[in-house]
Amino acid sequence: MRISTSTIRLVIPAASLALLLAAVFYMQPRAMSYTGLNLLFNLAVPIALATVAQMLIMAVNDLDLSMGAFVSFCACVTATFLQASPTLGVLIFLGAIVAYAVIGVVIHVRELPSIVVTLGMSFVWGGLAVLMLPSPGGEAPGWARWLMTSRPPFVPMAIVASIVIALITHFVIMRSSVGVLIRGVGGNVRSVERAGWSVIRIRAGTYALAGFFAVLSGIALVGLTTSADANIALRYTLLSIAGVILGGGEFVGGKVSPIGAVIGALTLTLAGSFLSFMRISPDWQIGAQGAILIVVLGLRLLLNRLEKREKSR
Amino acid sequence: MIIRKMLFASVAIACVAGPVSALADTSGKKIALSNNYAGNSWRQAMLTSWDKITKQAVSKKIVAAADPFTTAENQATEQAAQIQNMILQGYDAIVINAASPTALNGAVKEACNAGITVVSFDGIVTEPCAWRIAVDFKAMGESQVEYLAKKLPKGGNLLEIRGLAGVSVDDEIHAGIQAGVQKNPQFKIVGAVNGDWAQDVAQRAVAGILPSLPEITAVVTQGGDGYGAAQAFAAANRPTPTIVMGNREDELVWWKQQKDKNGYETMSVSIAPGVSTLAFWVAQQILDGKQVKKDLVVPFLRIDQGNLETNLAGTQKGGVANVEYSLEDAQKVISAAK
Repeated sequence: MRISTSTIRLVIPAASLALLLAAVFYMQPRAMSYTGLNLLFNLAVPIALATVAQMLIMAVNDLDLSMGAFVSFCACVTATFLQASPTLGVLIFLGAIVAYAVIGVVIHVRELPSIVVTLGMSFVWGGLAVLMLPSPGGEAPGWARWLMTSRPPFVPMAIVASIVIALITHFVIMRSSVGVLIRGVGGNVRSVERAGWSVIRIRAGTYALAGFFAVLSGIALVGLTTSADANIALRYTLLSIAGVILGGGEFVGGKVSPIGAVIGALTLTLAGSFLSFMRISPDWQIGAQGAILIVVLGLRLLLNRLEKREKSR
Repeated sequence: MIIRKMLFASVAIACVAGPVSALADTSGKKIALSNNYAGNSWRQAMLTSWDKITKQAVSKKIVAAADPFTTAENQATEQAAQIQNMILQGYDAIVINAASPTALNGAVKEACNAGITVVSFDGIVTEPCAWRIAVDFKAMGESQVEYLAKKLPKGGNLLEIRGLAGVSVDDEIHAGIQAGVQKNPQFKIVGAVNGDWAQDVAQRAVAGILPSLPEITAVVTQGGDGYGAAQAFAAANRPTPTIVMGNREDELVWWKQQKDKNGYETMSVSIAPGVSTLAFWVAQQILDGKQVKKDLVVPFLRIDQGNLETNLAGTQKGGVANVEYSLEDAQKVISAAK
């Protein structure tokens, strides 16, 4: 039986994660426990959700540069409105998701570059977040805190959550007809259009779905940190893009992998811990993080060549 | 309840693991510094002080290790991950200069639950299980007016140079100065400008407001702005008022020159970057089983006419006057809080 390239696409991120994990266990045997795994990975859960959101946007050939600001905004809503008056909080979130759909429509109708629109939106979300929480504070809703600190038997919450996120998005994106359409818009807009589908609706829906996952990311983050500030998740913009690419996704062509994206997010989080266990000086840490990315992407390049050769055969 | 539980736990650990000698109780303990930013001279001095004092402590076997960690980017999520890594690395105490007062609370709680002592300083965290070594900026502002009231009993007009607008430190120092003026009504603030804690900005701002002001007897400042104010007064050919300084090297040099020339008198006050070493000793004391209040206050580093030369000699060019704290200093701070 020959291994298909899509499997190889998933094998590389999974192998890098396993390798990093082995290295971390070797350096810090204490991590090889229920609590240890949870501490290593719990902050990866919101990153994984943001990565899935970014992956959806990338599936339709766009890029969301407002991801970090939007997750920060959602975190601020969670720590203030959702906690104090849940109905109002849910309404704000619904409004935010609708706003995301509208952004998708505007980008599609006006044929604007998504990078410019979302970069502009990042200032809007950032401003709203500062308005809500001018100084750091707020409080996590009890249920969010309970969810993120719950201790399921045998497998830590962080792992369970990652698997659940990966499986659900895998079924939505890779196994459902909606997912086919989303990826179709990224792969070949014209053929989707000719087949009689409304691309504008698909794009709006994709953006809304991405907004939904970003909202979940904000809630999960506050569940972990117990409170929010307006700049809490600014790093998520680049982390989420890197996570998608690391997990086997492409910038164009509707080539994405939900399971890969979650693995990519876990790998990025683990890379940070790995470097800190290695006692690498902070001046070098950003560089070292970049080096890990380059190594994995180098493997990807190799994979793309393999794929090409397979096609030409 | 939590405090008692934690103290009980640390005492229990100390009893099991520690040798009998009173001072050596913490010789097997490992302390980590979690720092969110290293990009300015104050933070660099802070890390250097930590290095110097903790290396001595380690070589004297007071603690087993005291490793500093700085996050690559000044982001709360990254620092939270860093703290969780420290839990895994098995540190007994974590000393934190936090990127956010609240966003690290989840990670800090995890650390407390793992039986780790958490001490925050400068950038403090609000999680109740952690210790806080806070700076009383309000008292710092008030002390300036108190000094002036002693030196100039007749009072007079004050010019206030404020810091960066919208930052809590600026508000607190300003509130302290206002409280001081209320207590000493012989002083009147006739003008206020924002100097952004930078000499060039302060100089421009003071030069701009000076022509509209009556005679100024003294200038109250927030640090990093005294030298610029002095330059502005000189450029406008106005008599130099008493300018309160903020421990920066250029300010102290200027003060020294004036002192030698015409016996100029003032004082200088700011927070020493060596406060990291105070946090280190507080953490060591807590590990030692001492009862320590959750909220401690950092003493300011004040320079007066008498000790100007010694402080200036110990300050690096372009740096900030610094002081490293000893175990005895920490014990004093701890007992003062009781």
